Amino acid sequence: MAATYFTEDHEWIRVEGDTAIVGITDYAQEQLGDLVFVELPEVGRTLARGDAAVVVESVKAASDVYAPCDGEILAVNEALSGDPALVNSAATGDGWLWKMKLADASQLDGLMDAAAYEKHIG
Amino acid sequence: MTGPDELKSLPLRDLPLRDMHETAGARFGGFAGWSMPITYPLGVMKEHLHCREQAGLFDISHMKLFRLAGPQAEAALARACPIAPAAIAQNRSKYTLLLDDRAGILDDLIVTRLGPDAFMVVANAGNAEADEAELRARAQGLDVAIEPLDRVFLALQGLGAEAAAIRAGLPVEGLVFMQGIEPREHWFLSRSGYTGEDGFEIGLPEADARALAGTLLADPTVAWIGLAARDSLRLEAGLCLHGQDITSEANPVEAGLMWAIPKAVRERGGFVGAEALAAAMAAAPARRRVGLKPEGRQPVRAGAVILDDDGAAAGIVTSGGFGPSANHPVAMGYVRADRADDAFHTEIRGNRIALAVHPLPFTPHRYRRG
Repeated sequence: MAATYFTEDHEWIRVEGDTAIVGITDYAQEQLGDLVFVELPEVGRTLARGDAAVVVESVKAASDVYAPCDGEILAVNEALSGDPALVNSAATGDGWLWKMKLADASQLDGLMDAAAYEKHIG
Repeated sequence: MTGPDELKSLPLRDLPLRDMHETAGARFGGFAGWSMPITYPLGVMKEHLHCREQAGLFDISHMKLFRLAGPQAEAALARACPIAPAAIAQNRSKYTLLLDDRAGILDDLIVTRLGPDAFMVVANAGNAEADEAELRARAQGLDVAIEPLDRVFLALQGLGAEAAAIRAGLPVEGLVFMQGIEPREHWFLSRSGYTGEDGFEIGLPEADARALAGTLLADPTVAWIGLAARDSLRLEAGLCLHGQDITSEANPVEAGLMWAIPKAVRERGGFVGAEALAAAMAAAPARRRVGLKPEGRQPVRAGAVILDDDGAAAGIVTSGGFGPSANHPVAMGYVRADRADDAFHTEIRGNRIALAVHPLPFTPHRYRRG
């Protein structure tokens, strides 16, 4: 069964077994405003927790999205190349950013659950 | 995830109509010392497009209106700016510059003749205090009063601006682009703006402004537009933002703003910066301001270094973002005058992005010139 965790930097990570899908939260997309460009990483790249993995660009500014955990990128959401606004319209669904293989599932313990994240964004 | 750059946490001034923006769900951010509505729930993309196709209402009360009045108002302006005040007809507005003695651009201004001895000057927010001090210094010894006005300043812009203005009872009939009138006591109404669209700017007392904004917003074609869309609109329209695209480090020749300085004024001189401007005109400019179209979809932002074919620095981007109407990234910057138009690129996070010199504006102006 999938479990979803959240970071203080407004990423979500949905974990199923040793793979996970990562995106930014609805709160984050709302703060950013309309996205016009998403720079996706290369499949196969190895990420360390805290690495800038993706750059999302709104009309006004560019922001980094960080890896919530160590691991290897298995897939990226190619649909965002043609339609970056998917992140705005479906941040936690079709607007996902990348899929990864987790190197150390124990890192998830430091992340927030939905209730804690709700509290975090106030 | 990192948020967009937070602005320095200096104490910011609130707009008089702040509560109306809060009610409209605005998100605020700092700009030029003011807490400004950056976006509304519509979002920057839809706000931008709404303004172009219907009518956008902007609160630009951070900008400052000055009234110059007195027998020597013309003389004061002729000394302060490279402009021919005597040649400005009643109710005509002129775009002009405030230069320093090196011909650096301290600000850009709109000057409107209100009467035989009276003019309205509209200055940018961040420069308002310095502008006032400069105007006073340059008017020293002349019989002219410089009065900063306490006004709310609204802009109504877009294809539907005229119709919305008429429905709201504004006396705009007969007014053409770059004309300004005082339709009521303490009101200033001009056909002007900074979006590339037809529209109006209205300076008026707060109580009147509340009533007018309420009337306009009840019109289904009118929506509040925030500063984020104001920036993308003006950039698509090829209009300079002072502090970014024009500064005291740029002269009007490099900035491509010589059209704002009448030939007779250049020859006659007599304004602050005249000698330096004459020298800048005589020399070949080292750099020029250009529009830039980045290849692909990735925006190129202010501060990006422009490189030539050899990878050497050839300029800098001064404004850049995404153009919702152009539907591609848009930018403006300065490039070395000795480099060909097709020579430029930049690098962002290791990606090479070609920068094509692009005529300005990116989207055609739709001013009502009458």
